[in-house]
Amino acid sequence: MTKEKFKKALDVIGIPRLIVFCFLLAIVIVAYVNGIDVKSYLTSTMKYWGMWVILVLAMIPTIKCGIGPNYGVSLGIVAGLLGPLLSIQFNIAPAVNAVLPGFGPWAAMFFAMIVSGVLAWLVGIVYGKILNLVKGSEMTVTTYIGYSVIYLMCIVWFRAPFSSGEITWPLGGVGVRNSVSMETSFGGLLNDVLSFSIFGVEIPTGLILFCLLICFVVYLFFRTKTGLAIQATGANPTFARASGIDVDKMRVKGVALSTLLGALGIVIYTQGFGYLQAYTAPLQMGFICVASVLIGGATMNKATIMNVIIGTFLYQGLVIFTPPVSNQLLAGTDISDTMRQIIQNGVILYALVKSKGGSSNE
Amino acid sequence: MNKLLNSLKKAIFDNKVIALFVVLCVACMAIAETSVSYIAAEVFSRFSRNACLVLSLIIPCLAGLGMNFGIVVGAIAAQISIFFVVHFGFTGLGGFMLCVLISTPLAIFFGWLVGKLYNNTKGAEMIAGLILGFFAAGLYRLFVLYILGGVIPFDDPNLLPRGFGLRNAYDLTGSLKYALDDISFLNVCVVIGIIAIVAAVVTSAYAKKKGQTVDKNGAMKKVVIGAAALVFGIVGRFIPMVNLLFGSSRLILTDVALFGGLALIVYAVIKILLSLKKGEKKLGKLIAMAVAGVLLMAGTVIPAVREIYQAVQLPSAAYGVIVLFCFFNNWIMETRLGQNMRTVGQNRGVATSAGINVDKTRIIATCISTVLAAWGQLIFLQNLGTFNTVQQQDNVGLYSIAAILVGGATVQKATNRHAVIGVILFHTLFVVAPLAATKIVGDSAISEYIRMFISYGVIAVSLALHAWKTVAKKDDKKANAE
Repeated sequence: MTKEKFKKALDVIGIPRLIVFCFLLAIVIVAYVNGIDVKSYLTSTMKYWGMWVILVLAMIPTIKCGIGPNYGVSLGIVAGLLGPLLSIQFNIAPAVNAVLPGFGPWAAMFFAMIVSGVLAWLVGIVYGKILNLVKGSEMTVTTYIGYSVIYLMCIVWFRAPFSSGEITWPLGGVGVRNSVSMETSFGGLLNDVLSFSIFGVEIPTGLILFCLLICFVVYLFFRTKTGLAIQATGANPTFARASGIDVDKMRVKGVALSTLLGALGIVIYTQGFGYLQAYTAPLQMGFICVASVLIGGATMNKATIMNVIIGTFLYQGLVIFTPPVSNQLLAGTDISDTMRQIIQNGVILYALVKSKGGSSNE
Repeated sequence: MNKLLNSLKKAIFDNKVIALFVVLCVACMAIAETSVSYIAAEVFSRFSRNACLVLSLIIPCLAGLGMNFGIVVGAIAAQISIFFVVHFGFTGLGGFMLCVLISTPLAIFFGWLVGKLYNNTKGAEMIAGLILGFFAAGLYRLFVLYILGGVIPFDDPNLLPRGFGLRNAYDLTGSLKYALDDISFLNVCVVIGIIAIVAAVVTSAYAKKKGQTVDKNGAMKKVVIGAAALVFGIVGRFIPMVNLLFGSSRLILTDVALFGGLALIVYAVIKILLSLKKGEKKLGKLIAMAVAGVLLMAGTVIPAVREIYQAVQLPSAAYGVIVLFCFFNNWIMETRLGQNMRTVGQNRGVATSAGINVDKTRIIATCISTVLAAWGQLIFLQNLGTFNTVQQQDNVGLYSIAAILVGGATVQKATNRHAVIGVILFHTLFVVAPLAATKIVGDSAISEYIRMFISYGVIAVSLALHAWKTVAKKDDKKANAE
């Protein structure tokens, strides 16, 4: 009897989540015992949680509308990079600061969000239409579309006609440099709002509040008529069609929303990171988002916003706490990237096996 | 005339992917303005290096597993074997054969695991394989960077300079570099001859034992060809002229074109004469063969073409192995197992009701693919000569799959022809596209992006097209049913 209960509980929590949680706990304890400054690492965990949570949130709409996690969120990410770049190119922050002192960074950030958001929405609609053509193989196709778009944009970034001295290559005069500093526009803007420290752990209040706000908006969206229709599409397309829902249209909306969130996410990420990284930096982001939401307890066809919040915390905690500990145990090494690779892909594989994949051809 | 135009149209449409890439290659060549002989030499050497890896994709594709991204695991098996062989100081051909010996059981074991995974993710094998590649690479890194020397005691200051953690790149010069490529052509002939004879004898004996009809004609043909190769290989070294031309390990393309062309012409003419005697009319293919032979030979006289021919050196053993891989793929498809695989690939339901063990067949297909990939990676590394210990496996799946798709393969159908054409086209583009881009943009840093974009783009487009066709077919069926 107890054995069955135990098995059931294990099934609810999920083995990977349990392993990851225990692993994280063990690492934190080892760090504490070894006299590593746990507080400062907790501070960065909070910061990175805020930077990533919206990107991970982008997985929700596609999972809810039945497409599965959106490996191609990188499409939204590269679209989202344009907003911050344009806000630097047009000198929004200094220009607004001259008129309304102190509002410059805010104007720059909202400008970036609007530009990125609109662009991403349009890209998302086209992308959603493509995904409607390839029903059943979305995961493979989105992965490769994501990859190829990133490399296509690498070529574009290299010779894009920017003229602001902060963006272009120091010698070339065009293109986008490897990492563009956000200092003059909106770098660290949200992080610093109302931030305070408690027991030596710094809390980026503004960032957390803003992220929770967006999570709440997404939550509300899924309570509206359109949101419910999208959920119905994912739960049972045949039933949804029978009750008069245009399934294909709802899928397009879900993908567009996911792409939009990806774009907003990268704007938030950029402001938290302080640098904008174009080129191959977004390459692994899609996988990290998928792994995060799965660690949080989502499956290939079911996810909640709580999964996102918990999953991002666990994943980022893991990524941030491993390097100092591994350095302590094996001096001069950084095992964290290897561990990240194993855990991240292991979690995705586990979810794939659990969901049994598709079953065409049978 | 109209009919001809129509058939031409159809031919282009059927091979639209190939046509597109031919156009791309030619355009890039025109822009890059590099000497053709440089490109040809580069492409032929890349061909000998990569073809085996690409050929390992064919069997799982026919068994309905799609493109096997799991060949990365085979590559990892090969790398582990190289690591141990280098550690124990074996060199040359012996060391290479030891690598094969170690990597094979390892690859079979890995393949079995991969096959199990695929059976648990039916319908999503490709994404599972892709993620599995990353996962396995992570475990491999954990093994070579931390566990080896860190947990398992392992003392080799040459490989592990810090006491643990493999060094990043390892030079195979003097140990395994060119271990296979350095076999002379005559020896390759002997080996291939023996393999052909043994294969023919064994298959017919096996068929006899099982009470199946024995294909006597085919077996005889194989024995004759094998004997010819064997005799040529043994006698050739005592004839100074032949030894001079074919005794070395790398054949110059001029000689190959000359004698290959001659052989083609002789073969075609004999066939034509035979079939004229019998009164058969279908000679188009044979005439085309003869013409191709003449063209090949004519090339040796034209200075411009001769220059290209002279620049290309073919490592005979690697090409011999490629030929064997092709024969192996064809042979296995003729066996009972191969037929089962085909059935499983077409429809698992039908296969089950026909009494085929679907899961087992799929695992066997994956195992074969993984073993072939391991051997392919060994051939790749002995040719390349530097072993990028930590990341060497990362792009194996990506480049191989992009190549076979360029050759016109789809997720459901792949043949040796697709693999061969694909490797040639893909690697031509790989060589010329960065050159062309550098010419246009004036900066060489962009070339890596272009290469990666081509590889990923090819896979994205062809997977999307395949999925689109599948969905359209399903919709058709539904419409018909209604």
